[in-house]
Amino acid sequence: MDFSKLNWKKVFLTAGIPVIVLVILGLLPVYGSAYNLTLFTYFLLYIILSVSWTIFSGTTGYISLATAAFYGVGIYAAALYGEKYPLIVVVLIGGLSSFVLAFLVGAITLRLKGIYFAMFTFGLVLLMKEVIYYWEITIEGTRGRFVVLESNETIYFYLLGIFVITMIVAYLMKKSKYGLALQSIGENEEAAAHIGINVTMVKILTYAVSAIFMGATGVIMATKLTYVDPGVAFNPLMSFSPVLMAIFGGFGSIYGPVIGAVIFTYIQEKLTTGVWNKYYMLIFGAILVATILYLPSGLVGLIQRIWRRVSGGQRAHT
Amino acid sequence: MELFLNIVLGGLLIGGIYSLVSMGLTLQYGVARVLNIAHGEFLMFGSFITFWLQQHRVDPLVTVLIVGLLLFIAGFIFYRTIFTSIRLRSPNPGVFESNSLLAAFGLYFIVQNIAVLIWGTTPRSYSYLAGSVSIGGALFNENRLVATAFAVAVGTAFYLFLARTRTGKAIRAAAQDATTAGLMGVNINYTLALCFGFGAAMAGIAGSLISICYPIFTTMGLQQTVIAIVVVTLGGLGSIPGSFIGGFILGVIGSAVTYWDAGLAVASYYIIFILLLLLRPKGIMGK
Repeated sequence: MDFSKLNWKKVFLTAGIPVIVLVILGLLPVYGSAYNLTLFTYFLLYIILSVSWTIFSGTTGYISLATAAFYGVGIYAAALYGEKYPLIVVVLIGGLSSFVLAFLVGAITLRLKGIYFAMFTFGLVLLMKEVIYYWEITIEGTRGRFVVLESNETIYFYLLGIFVITMIVAYLMKKSKYGLALQSIGENEEAAAHIGINVTMVKILTYAVSAIFMGATGVIMATKLTYVDPGVAFNPLMSFSPVLMAIFGGFGSIYGPVIGAVIFTYIQEKLTTGVWNKYYMLIFGAILVATILYLPSGLVGLIQRIWRRVSGGQRAHT
Repeated sequence: MELFLNIVLGGLLIGGIYSLVSMGLTLQYGVARVLNIAHGEFLMFGSFITFWLQQHRVDPLVTVLIVGLLLFIAGFIFYRTIFTSIRLRSPNPGVFESNSLLAAFGLYFIVQNIAVLIWGTTPRSYSYLAGSVSIGGALFNENRLVATAFAVAVGTAFYLFLARTRTGKAIRAAAQDATTAGLMGVNINYTLALCFGFGAAMAGIAGSLISICYPIFTTMGLQQTVIAIVVVTLGGLGSIPGSFIGGFILGVIGSAVTYWDAGLAVASYYIIFILLLLLRPKGIMGK
């Protein structure tokens, strides 16, 4: 059989590598140090956020800046229900609440022009922060809440689970008819509507599904903090970091946001713990501007461009 | 009656400054197509330059001119360097809008953190024209009246500039359709950079005026940006008179809500924003 050789290569690439990576990641708590476990926890956190951001915004071109809102909803779900229910139930509650919130936001705003959507979603983060502060201070007379703590291993394995599901969903979406619909919306929304795609429904559903992962991650990460208040939970930086990571890595492929997230988390970890702490946000802004100016298709795009030049694949018939 | 005057006049007084900030943003977004999230940071920078000069015994109202000029130059250069190159590389206006929004976010982090490194995060204030005037029984500080008068004067002057001069006509043409205006002989890169510069200058002037009346701090920019976005949406994108009127409307609403419960003022702006997007995304003066 002629295609058997090609097929094996493909099977290895799509299934083999992920399984090997997963085994290495799964065994990390056994052989890794405590520091590495924490570092990889943050790797997973930002990979999940930026990949789930890419699921919707990367393909449709609607820039959502509400990641922090869904993540914060998860954090508050952990604060409110953490003592009453087992962790897995709370994770589901967090994911579901984010789904509902994203569905509502989508239903309100996704008929609007892209730029209004970006503004609205960013406003949502600030609005939730203000309203919850108001609620806590004026009506409940408290500020902030306590969260039940979990061990580092538990947090790591939960994140690993969410990571696997996110990657599978992102992969399936890319390969399915549904993903094709999303892509045609990103390229030309009117044309997509004309060929019979229910544009609004596809957009809203995808947006809501991508929010599930953000909410679930928020629940898990909340158990690392002892105390949360709206300022911690709805930190606008959690909206920007995934966007920057996805753009830096290049959101044309699934691997792009992953690479961007790993590199950036590492930089962040090195900068915020050293003497550069004061300049971290400044550097963050500078890299954001530079990426948009000089790396519009991200690292993956750059690598592809170099690869094409090296392999000479662009040349005409030889 | 006194309470009513207090709310309405108080709202109009702060509204004058909102108008100026929003006119700047409507130039940047309505014409130059950059939803400049760093707008409030230009404002903050303007207020701190005024504060710094005031410490060196320069009259704050004189600094308005210096701040306006400095920020105009800064805005012009930012547009020519960052945003023009994004614009030329974007395949369509939608891509330009989202990429320039993200670049503006980068600018926001850069400008704000430079200010934090220089001035720290403690609120600063100085006293200027601190006497008060009674209008119908309600007391207002002189400095607030002066600041509002200045804001209105700058706004009116700019409106006349747009309506009467050749450059103003070029800007209005670019607001309608930048590509076509370019084909009609308008130097479009220059005109758009001019708009961005004017927008930054207005934000800076508004910042100077704010520093006359209120305490200033390095993290105050974002809230002003958010207010300006709501006003621009309220007034209609790209409409200078719309932003002018919208600023006063939002000022009065904000002052009424603040009287009722100060903690809800910001939330009320968002609710107005949401209602506008749902009911009339074109705004009051939009076409």
